[in-house]
Amino acid sequence: MKAVICAGPPTSGKTTILKQVTKRLLRNGHRPAYLKIDVQYADEDTLFADEFGIPTRKVYSGELCPDHCNVMVLGEAVEWAMENDCDFLLVETAGLCLRCSPYIEGSLGLVVIEATSGMNLPRKIGPMLSLADVAIVTKIDLVSQAEREVFRARILEAVPTVRVIETDALYGIGVDPLVSRLIASPDVAYPLYLRGNPPVGTCTICVGKKEIGWKQHFGVVRPLEGDMFYRGE
Amino acid sequence: MEIESITIHGGRGKDGTAEPVSEVTLRMGDIVSIVGPTGCGKTTLINDIELYAQLNTPSCRRVLINGERPPEELSWDPSRNPIALISQHTNFLSDMPVAQFLATHAAIRQSADRDHIVERTVSFANQLTGEPLILTNPMTELSGGQTRALLIADAVVIGNSPVILLDELENAGIHRTKALDLLRGYRKVFIFVTHDPRIALLSDYRIVMKQGAMQRVIMTEREERLVAEDIKKIDDLLLSLRQRIREGDRLSEEVVREHLQNLGYMPAA
Repeated sequence: MKAVICAGPPTSGKTTILKQVTKRLLRNGHRPAYLKIDVQYADEDTLFADEFGIPTRKVYSGELCPDHCNVMVLGEAVEWAMENDCDFLLVETAGLCLRCSPYIEGSLGLVVIEATSGMNLPRKIGPMLSLADVAIVTKIDLVSQAEREVFRARILEAVPTVRVIETDALYGIGVDPLVSRLIASPDVAYPLYLRGNPPVGTCTICVGKKEIGWKQHFGVVRPLEGDMFYRGE
Repeated sequence: MEIESITIHGGRGKDGTAEPVSEVTLRMGDIVSIVGPTGCGKTTLINDIELYAQLNTPSCRRVLINGERPPEELSWDPSRNPIALISQHTNFLSDMPVAQFLATHAAIRQSADRDHIVERTVSFANQLTGEPLILTNPMTELSGGQTRALLIADAVVIGNSPVILLDELENAGIHRTKALDLLRGYRKVFIFVTHDPRIALLSDYRIVMKQGAMQRVIMTEREERLVAEDIKKIDDLLLSLRQRIREGDRLSEEVVREHLQNLGYMPAA
């Protein structure tokens, strides 16, 4: 059983990439399951079930941070995939946090980023990129060759060890080497651990307290002048 | 990687039958056009070349470099990829100033003599475009023609790509004859997707596409080269009339007649 965690900014092409991957996994006799984690709306679970007839499900994180939600549900999701006799669990995350990363140890972490999102993006997206195993660059047909090169160099400058795969996902190009990488990845090993350190996960803002000003909040807070400190019992 | 040839093994057309041209080899130094009506698969063909298709694209073509299957690594790193594609929708998205951007690209390519190479790139581009590029302008502020000119100049000079694919150069608003003259000075494979008879006839040969399939490969004959000269005149006539309108002049029958006489299409009065 292998787990593949896919992150990346909204509309970067995660779903299109995972569809191409699913098609090829099925062609090679594998049995993938698909889990979508999103904040408030997703229909990819139905799309994958209709198109490929594989076990799918979705989780809305609602008030929880979607990457926290990922931490909460992933253990049971791996069990669900196993119960369904699958050998791959493809997890498509909401992929919108620049402070967290959803990847777990012993899984394959994919980040999907658009070549069109500007050459500074690799410098901006933090652990979503720096903790990934593979950076998939999409929409390469829309930007100049020169910018593709700069974009790639910037990714490697942020994470020298990451494998960069450029794709034209609509055309299905660049997906084969990605699938080979998936097949070569290790099986999930218990206990499951988050790969990076998430930011403070019990903050009063995250749990829905909307008042502005640090005096309204508990936990680790900070005023405009000065450092963070702990406020509370 | 030293490129001597690119071989395309035909796959299948839109109707699923085998392509009439089962194999075509492009050699270093060749200037090739791909012609055919809109929607006939010209862009797909150059995409197949750029992606080193290995039966894994809808057309089921295979592309070989120097007669062999190219190593996968070629397409992993665009700075090592010998093929540069300038498509119709390729654009600059960065708002870096032109000079800074070119210097960044030259640094990634580890070009020697970076200041000089930026200058050479810009002067190449300026020969193709109407208004010269300003080095301090953000790239996103370049006009369509300037953008296309700079894309070509960057691929040729800094990228130094041995194979350059150009999709519908004629729509780019750049100086075509000048472009072809300049490009002929470099030993590369140039592949033009084109509807422009002038570009097609100035090529060494052309691949005719229909229904997603390569139909024929036509070598440019001597007579066609002479015809190309006439087309050049007609084209220049249109360009000069365009220029007059651009400059705020009026056109008259007399002006057109004068032009036709100058070109030798009408006897002098």
